[in-house]
Amino acid sequence: MFSWDLLANAVVAGLLLGGFYAAVSLGVGLIFGLLDIANIAQPAFVILGAYAAYVMNNSFGFDPILTGLLFTPVFYLLGAAVYRVYYSSFERRGEESLRGLVFFFGILFIMEVSLSMTFGVDYRLVQTAYTSRSIEFGGVGIAFRYLVPCVVGVAMTLALHLFLARTFYGRAIMAVSQDRLALRLMGANPVQIKTIAFGVGIAAASLAGALLISIAPVIPSTDRDYIGRMFAITVLGGMGSIGGTLVAAVVLGVAESLMSTFFGPSWSLAVSFGILLLALAVRPAGLFGR
Amino acid sequence: MIRHRSLRLAVTLTATVMTLLLASGAMFVARGADPIKIGFGMALTGGLSANGKPALLALQIWKDDVNKKGGLLGRPVELVYYDDQTNPATIPGIYTKLLEVDKVDLVISGYGTNLIAPLLPIAMERKLTLIGMFGLANNEKYQYPGYFQIQPAGPDPQTSTAIGFFELALRQNPKPQTVAIVGADAEYPQNALVGARELIKKAGLKTVYDRTYPPSTVDYTPIVRAIKATNPDIVFIASYPPDTVGMLRAAHEVALQPKIMGGGMVGLQFTSVMTSMGPMLNGIVNYDFWAPEPTMMAIPGVKEFLKEYQARAEKAGVDPLGYYLPPYSYAVGQVLAQAVTATKGLDQAKLADYMRGTEFDTVIGKVKFGKNGEWAKGRTLMVQYQKIQGTSIDQFRGPGKKVVLYPDELKSGSIVYPYSAALK
Repeated sequence: MFSWDLLANAVVAGLLLGGFYAAVSLGVGLIFGLLDIANIAQPAFVILGAYAAYVMNNSFGFDPILTGLLFTPVFYLLGAAVYRVYYSSFERRGEESLRGLVFFFGILFIMEVSLSMTFGVDYRLVQTAYTSRSIEFGGVGIAFRYLVPCVVGVAMTLALHLFLARTFYGRAIMAVSQDRLALRLMGANPVQIKTIAFGVGIAAASLAGALLISIAPVIPSTDRDYIGRMFAITVLGGMGSIGGTLVAAVVLGVAESLMSTFFGPSWSLAVSFGILLLALAVRPAGLFGR
Repeated sequence: MIRHRSLRLAVTLTATVMTLLLASGAMFVARGADPIKIGFGMALTGGLSANGKPALLALQIWKDDVNKKGGLLGRPVELVYYDDQTNPATIPGIYTKLLEVDKVDLVISGYGTNLIAPLLPIAMERKLTLIGMFGLANNEKYQYPGYFQIQPAGPDPQTSTAIGFFELALRQNPKPQTVAIVGADAEYPQNALVGARELIKKAGLKTVYDRTYPPSTVDYTPIVRAIKATNPDIVFIASYPPDTVGMLRAAHEVALQPKIMGGGMVGLQFTSVMTSMGPMLNGIVNYDFWAPEPTMMAIPGVKEFLKEYQARAEKAGVDPLGYYLPPYSYAVGQVLAQAVTATKGLDQAKLADYMRGTEFDTVIGKVKFGKNGEWAKGRTLMVQYQKIQGTSIDQFRGPGKKVVLYPDELKSGSIVYPYSAALK
């Protein structure tokens, strides 16, 4: 069944999927990778973003990506509030490891049930002008449904990278991930910096959710499908490396796509996680970890 | 003096007997007011909740209808249920609580094959009569005589999803020769694929693609492209709602146009999916259990039930049309009610004996159970989506959009063949 046409299509589909995976995983990359907070609830925030996009699309005809952008401040504030609760209840007392994990599990379930109670349990999806269109270049088909999320995912990665590398708060976030005490000695407040970082991570979920509902239907429990992938991408990319997150997402996306095309889709996830294990065996810190 | 004493004794005895009689009468009244409790777990959250919640609403409507008519055996009916979270691991705990703590009189299953699987051994151990709510081939291995299935799969449930699809395909001219089958790595799709393979072998068709995919797949384009590369005449898909949407969208994106496509796609029956997919549904031939076609709506009682369901669905936040599972869920209650009334009690063995030998009148038509508790004669519909324009919900309320092609006795229109002709 091999053909160059199929190969080219599989690679392109994998690249596009990787861009989307990067968008979904950026929040985890920032919160888990840099702040070392195991925010298991991140996929639930992504689903919340998806429902926000659904409501705005269904009620006012808003484009999901526009909604994702508009809601980033709301999600930022929500994230900041969640971190403050987490900090005062667990981190400040040095109980963040296991109890913190339970806290985020709790948030995940509360959000899931709240969404079920509010929106019911029907599958929700949005249709936009571009989701059903596709273009073809020399036998390679590109579906806008994946192209748009990929472009947005790459843009989000670039924006986050620039934020961390070029701005005061971005550098402070990098600093707090490396040496919290040193940052405090320099007069900066690590809690405030971590609050900002957590808020930014959750704000990313707003856009990621909008992209998700453009691609596939969601129900409140869809978050469970993404937990494994998000953390795997963050670990494979190297904890704290935003660029690494994009590369790892693309690696997993292309691996899934090639497996689906040539060797049977059933193997796609197993091979993706096999790549993760292999990469960690060779580079325990991940592809771009320090 | 003796006469006087005898009289006093007689009065005392009479008073005592009267008091005892009144007391026992009071007990009968109290007993009469005790509800008949029907217990079950139901997927109110999790992956199958989109069907679990409508199933619950239909049962609640049945309970209200029964209680309005005086209940069962003169006792009101009460539903005792817990959210199984679409998680089979919760089933033993839920049913133990229902039986040991809540002391329910009867149990029924929650929605779905995966949730019935862990319940069946419990029912067998406790010798319970159990009606299953849409489980495919759950009793094939156990052959438990106290199990009954409301899904109209028929005596050979594994082939039930595919049989109408392949029969229709083989009736067409030119006759298709090659087939691609694909489905999710989950219990229902796997069962459906096993049935499809059996039918393909019988029909002498050539299989050019036979693969499965994990349910958490995000991008279905590579799968559909690989199918297209094999150029099949028939594409049989056994999928759950998210993958159904993914496969259908991908098929349109890569212009996969076999002669006939569909078969076992779960999700196309849901109003939210139908209204989201709109014209993308045109031409798909898929299994279903209900359609608002004249041949189906003529069944007594179904119009009234659907009217009540649709009136309550919005408030309950569930599928607004309820054309897939709800009538069957209501029928579960009707079967139980008729069996309890006829046997004049709640004896599990008597109920099972009665159910095995009786034809029930329900809102889904006449129900007769046969081998392994499945319907004696299968009635899985094969429908084709036709002339769908836009995404308005109203077009799905009436006939003509989901045309029944199979079985012949319920047929309400003709197939548009090949698939590409329906897209024009």
